[in-house]
Amino acid sequence: MAAPRIRVKVPSSASAGEVITIKTLISHEMESGQRKDKDGNTIPREIINNFTCEFNGTKVFECQLDPAISSNPYFEFYAKVPESGTFKFTWQDDNGETYTEEKDIEVS
Amino acid sequence: MKKTAILLTGVVTLTTLALAPRVLADPVDEALTIDGQEIITTAPAPTEPEGHPFDEVRSGWLYREPDTRSMEADSFENPGMLAVERGEEIWNTAEGEAGQSCASCHEDASEFLKGVGASYPKWDEASGKPINIELFINKHREEKMGAEAYKFDEDAQKDLTAFIKNQSLGIPVEIDLSEGDMMSWWEEGKERYYLRTGQLNLSCATCHEQNNGRYIRADHLSQGNTNGFPTYRLKQGALVSLHNRFRGCIRDTRAEFPDAFSDELMALEVYTAWRGGGLSVETPAVRQ
Amino acid sequence: MTHLTRRKLFTLAAGAGTLAVAANLPRTANATPEEAQKAISEFTGGKEPQSGKITLTAPEIAENGNTVPISISVESEMTGDDFVESVTLMAEGNPNPEVATFLFTPLSGRAEATTRIRLAKTQNVVAVAKMSDGSVYSDRKEVKVTIGGCGG
Repeated sequence: MAAPRIRVKVPSSASAGEVITIKTLISHEMESGQRKDKDGNTIPREIINNFTCEFNGTKVFECQLDPAISSNPYFEFYAKVPESGTFKFTWQDDNGETYTEEKDIEVS
Repeated sequence: MKKTAILLTGVVTLTTLALAPRVLADPVDEALTIDGQEIITTAPAPTEPEGHPFDEVRSGWLYREPDTRSMEADSFENPGMLAVERGEEIWNTAEGEAGQSCASCHEDASEFLKGVGASYPKWDEASGKPINIELFINKHREEKMGAEAYKFDEDAQKDLTAFIKNQSLGIPVEIDLSEGDMMSWWEEGKERYYLRTGQLNLSCATCHEQNNGRYIRADHLSQGNTNGFPTYRLKQGALVSLHNRFRGCIRDTRAEFPDAFSDELMALEVYTAWRGGGLSVETPAVRQ
Repeated sequence: MTHLTRRKLFTLAAGAGTLAVAANLPRTANATPEEAQKAISEFTGGKEPQSGKITLTAPEIAENGNTVPISISVESEMTGDDFVESVTLMAEGNPNPEVATFLFTPLSGRAEATTRIRLAKTQNVVAVAKMSDGSVYSDRKEVKVTIGGCGG
């Protein structure tokens, strides 16, 4: 499978202490482990099992995912930004791969 | 809104008919704007050639539930845009013996492609047939790039087609029936549209013309317009191409279904594109 | 049944739906409310959730069970000593009741999140919030999942 494509929406600026909306989307099949192929064999589970958002190294939000999350997992959540810095987003795949994305925000 | 499910009888015999209450649920009357681009979701039906069954053509978006509508209205939330982004990468990647990408010849994609996706299928003199975006891509891959044609519905084909059509987002669909022999393909397509097939004895028109606005179980039947394809379908969680949908519909009538890009389905594409003329390109639309 | 002829009947024999194999919907034996209850109990450490504070937003009818938008929101100041630690989502009728668990911090600002989930059939979805003081709250919504007319 090609490397997943990631989309992250974070405002480029905010005022100190403001609560901002963050949206993330990653392309992923989220193979549930419940399906069978044409020959009747179970297709092994392969999902994104964890997602985290950190700001300047401190955790903001985390989601532990089960196979009941739809393909191309989408999250919308909030963050309180005390200062300028960098958001780091991390998706953990069942296959051991980790996918990351970073976004800077200017706080005035 | 009152919903009325059409009863399913669970048996094949057509003598066992179940009465469907004849409640019509109107599509919503709501405006669609995507990234500031106004989308035409209702338009006067094309008048040339004569014989369009509706006064007004409507986008399938108007038939969907609020959550599905809002998923399309926000291009960030639309997972189909992931495919469009992959398509843009393909557009810019050199492939084949000639070492060329689409962008090598057509530099400014957004300028060059503006309106292209709204004007297909188009007459192709060389093959003496109409071609669609997928076939156009394959032709260029083989003839100009020295690359292999895409197989039907491989991801790259869907992604690149979605990218090309997305460059015409908002532009009304208008196909040129005056070129070549397009009219006889239109006639063929029309015939196919009204042809009842399969054990269920259904034509395209049974659902999308005579019963549009009604429900088959939970499905609110649209006019079956093609302006949003390839479309992100919630069911598959992936892009679905027009010919995949054609085949799926025909299969659901319990009939043998034609090959993708066969003359039969190309004729149907010409005819259905005409039926939805005037509606904006919505690719990638979001549907159930 | 008498005289059902060519009125504007619109009738289909079932079967189209059974042809669908493409969807990634769970298809094995379904969980039960008891199993979901057990999983919730593990999450809360045996505490019985109270109602209030948490709101679960879900469509009354899902257009397709494979992609159902769902949001949770918990009333909280979200300050250093009074915040929502986590919210777990359970689907009582899925093969496994667990759907997702959200973990919040004071930096979250608001204990709210939206995602899209798979529901195998019509069922209750339950959201349970665990607060920093150890109290637990829950909300529950029924989502009707209907099989489309066309399996395609």
